[in-house]
Amino acid sequence: MFGYEFYIDPERCIGCQSCVNACAECDTHRGTPMITVDYLDRRNSIATVPAICMHCDDPTCAEVCPADAIKKGEDGVVQSALKPRCVACSNCVLACPFGIPKMMTKLELMMKCDMCYDRTSVGKRPMCATVCPSQALAYVTPERIARERREKPTNVFQFGNETVTTKVYMMVPPGTQAVAVDVIDFMWEGAQA
Amino acid sequence: MAHPPRPYEELLRGYGPHLNYAPPGGYEEQREKAPDRLVKTHCCFCGQQCGIQLKVRDNQVVGFEPWEDFPFNQGMLCPKGVRRYLQSAHPDRLLDPLLRTPRAPEGFRKASWDEALDFTVRRLREIQERHGKDAVAVYGGASLTTEKSYLLGKFARVALGTRHIDYNGRLCMVSAGTAYKLAFGVDRSPNPWSDIPEAQVVFVIGANIAECAPITTQYIWRCRDAGGRLIVADPRMTPVTRNADLYLPVRPGTDLALLQGMLHVIIRDRLTDQDFIAAHTTGFDEVAQSVAAWDPLTVANQTGVPPEAIEKAAHWIGEAERAILLHARGLEHQSKGVENCLALINLTLACGHIGRPGAGCMMITGQGNGQGGREHGQKCDQLPGQRSIADPAAREHVARVWGIAPEEIPQAGLSAVEIMEAIHRGEIKALLSICFNPLVSLPDANFTREALEKLEFFGVVDFFLSETAHFADVVLAGSLQEEEEGVVCSAEGRVIHIQKAVDPPGNAWPDSKIYIELARRLGKEKHFPYTSPREIFAELRVASKGGPADYTGITYERIDREMGVFWPCPSEDHPGTPRLFEGGKFFHPDGKARFLVTEWRPSGDPVDEDFPIYLTTGRVVNQYLSGTQTRRIGPLVDQFPSPRLEIHPRLAEAQGIADGDWVTIVSRRDRITLQAMVVRTIRPDTVFIAYHWAGERSANRLTHRTLDPRSKIPEFKVSACRLEKAPGPPDWVKSELPALPRTESGLPILR
Repeated sequence: MFGYEFYIDPERCIGCQSCVNACAECDTHRGTPMITVDYLDRRNSIATVPAICMHCDDPTCAEVCPADAIKKGEDGVVQSALKPRCVACSNCVLACPFGIPKMMTKLELMMKCDMCYDRTSVGKRPMCATVCPSQALAYVTPERIARERREKPTNVFQFGNETVTTKVYMMVPPGTQAVAVDVIDFMWEGAQA
Repeated sequence: MAHPPRPYEELLRGYGPHLNYAPPGGYEEQREKAPDRLVKTHCCFCGQQCGIQLKVRDNQVVGFEPWEDFPFNQGMLCPKGVRRYLQSAHPDRLLDPLLRTPRAPEGFRKASWDEALDFTVRRLREIQERHGKDAVAVYGGASLTTEKSYLLGKFARVALGTRHIDYNGRLCMVSAGTAYKLAFGVDRSPNPWSDIPEAQVVFVIGANIAECAPITTQYIWRCRDAGGRLIVADPRMTPVTRNADLYLPVRPGTDLALLQGMLHVIIRDRLTDQDFIAAHTTGFDEVAQSVAAWDPLTVANQTGVPPEAIEKAAHWIGEAERAILLHARGLEHQSKGVENCLALINLTLACGHIGRPGAGCMMITGQGNGQGGREHGQKCDQLPGQRSIADPAAREHVARVWGIAPEEIPQAGLSAVEIMEAIHRGEIKALLSICFNPLVSLPDANFTREALEKLEFFGVVDFFLSETAHFADVVLAGSLQEEEEGVVCSAEGRVIHIQKAVDPPGNAWPDSKIYIELARRLGKEKHFPYTSPREIFAELRVASKGGPADYTGITYERIDREMGVFWPCPSEDHPGTPRLFEGGKFFHPDGKARFLVTEWRPSGDPVDEDFPIYLTTGRVVNQYLSGTQTRRIGPLVDQFPSPRLEIHPRLAEAQGIADGDWVTIVSRRDRITLQAMVVRTIRPDTVFIAYHWAGERSANRLTHRTLDPRSKIPEFKVSACRLEKAPGPPDWVKSELPALPRTESGLPILR
């Protein structure tokens, strides 16, 4: 859908799994969800987090695929593996910095979120973001996100020395430029070239 | 005698719950064949009543599509809403009337409608002739449309002439309803949900919003986005607590002390709205005096909430210009449920937080038609339009609409739990029940079972054979929500239109047809001339005229055009009333709200040396009420297949219990064995069990029958128990629990 972007705000997630159920109901998925919601640590917290494909600008999953089965469309959506090509090697599963692709061993096929291509291509919002009762997953315009949310979007992720930019945005506290996960990202290692 | 005709396991084998995982024909077929049409209607489950579009093909519901134009939920749905279509075309669906037949392999045999209805009428007549009209009781439910609720109230009083009709809404928000009626003169949440984001402070007490009213979460998050603060009071950290600015871990059964303590601080620190109090209320001085003794330290000792937190919560609410106070079953399911709600209202009135955008106290009604179902006559003490059955003027008005003499309308009857108690005592001999699974939902399930066994006649109208229906002499195959048109009233007071999407399958009938046919066979057909729900609604509008819940100006067409109409709506040119009490005008004859003194008393099942731990029960997001529908929907069951014992590590350690251990929970009624789930998100003096399950997993085997004296609501939220480590898994694990893969934290992984 032109002018709409996908935003994830784990802080809003209530763990209800509505997105997972709705994903499974999407016509292309036929009962199998392509996303997950997990407790981070149920013993100590009620915090949950939804995980969908971030649709990297430069997708590692596609780069490491020996069969060239993972394609990125002009719209920036990284597709599930093409069934005739996928050799079920799991390279993509291991390589993804966000831990998204799943190997469906029964089908011998990697499957993951394709941002409801069948829906967005005909002007419908993705199932998960449409139904999400807390709007932890939102598919709206950037203007609306800027107007309504306290948190601000970023699509820059720092993994050590590697920067990953994505089509999907993560909501972060105002003033945060990028999400950094590695101590290295905060270290001084001498002046860089 | 209504013993189940076959052993429990055999009935489960025959009638389920079986799990439905896919639409008719499977997902592949759905993908290939387009639906015939999309029906814009509402979810069949909770009081949020989200708009949803049902996909229909060949007279079957085959899927759903979000309905983004409906203003309340704008396409959002919880997992129950997403999967609700799987109840339609379900293999367990009852397709014919059934008669209890112990010799039959499945315990029941199919019967024709004539045979089943004639048998029902004959038995009801015999019992009424022998024991009097009131020997028959009628149970209704708050998932029924308002038309069906109205019809049922009239059926009980006019066709059967019994005073005993009540409904499962008695287990829902009647404490709040009673309190709002006493304080404001009307029983409805005063504000539309769109007011929530306008508040500066949202106070959530005794409401597991994320799991029981999930769509409300987005309204609260929007309030946060706009800079609002969130206070949550609950013995458990429920999911919305993750973003609370202040969390008050109130001990079960002590909410009243907390609320009185907060009012104490507000009065002490002069945070009251004196102008509002003087102009629009009565009784403030008495209430102010009554909370004088509830200083923060006294309250802290009672509630287990730190004094500083009580002060802070009171200040945030008292200093705000606009605050919303949200409450649900946690406050209401107590033997002082009405007091709890009155104390919350006192707090609201003292600060003048009412009748304005972003300011109000709001009950979150739980059941689909929890609001509408209690307005038009299936409540034991009310007539249509939310009128008191004791009021001579109301009786005269309704009698005229019904074409009978006012004295022919019976007086108030017993409430739901009291009806079961009268059955147990042998005073009520026959029960006709619809939309109610009391064996799972009433407290003290063993008592309920004993009572059901004593019935001389038990008739059930249902679409699935619930655990309660195992005891029936006759089961009349009724309709699902999507099989009959009507209206319901959502939690925010919005009257909305339920569309008929499909016909009832097989020989099942629309519910209203069943009651109309029974009335005809009871010789009362001239009072039940309806041929459609629309005709029932037309009469209901007239019957409600002039009452607090006035529907006179509401039509199906207006609802469709305006996306719902908020009552009161006294004429067709009236816009409806989204927000009550604007300008400080309340529904009492003097236009003023009442401050009412609330008195502390202990729980009906106190903790002591033998039963030292608080047991509180509640809900999970994937199941609805007694589970008659949702325990049949595979993906929802996979998500949370069985109740677990939530217990804090401190208590678990003291008892030698580790995560995943089997633990027997013993109360003064019974004992059940469940698997422990050790979490830091619950008070260490309290354990929690979700109540949606039947048989050996039924939390209500442990709960007690103490009622609030005014609302007659049971005290589900406070029981006393002790824990015993069990040697291993109980027998039901093999028979009832499907083996599922689990995550590291012990939660089942979705298929």
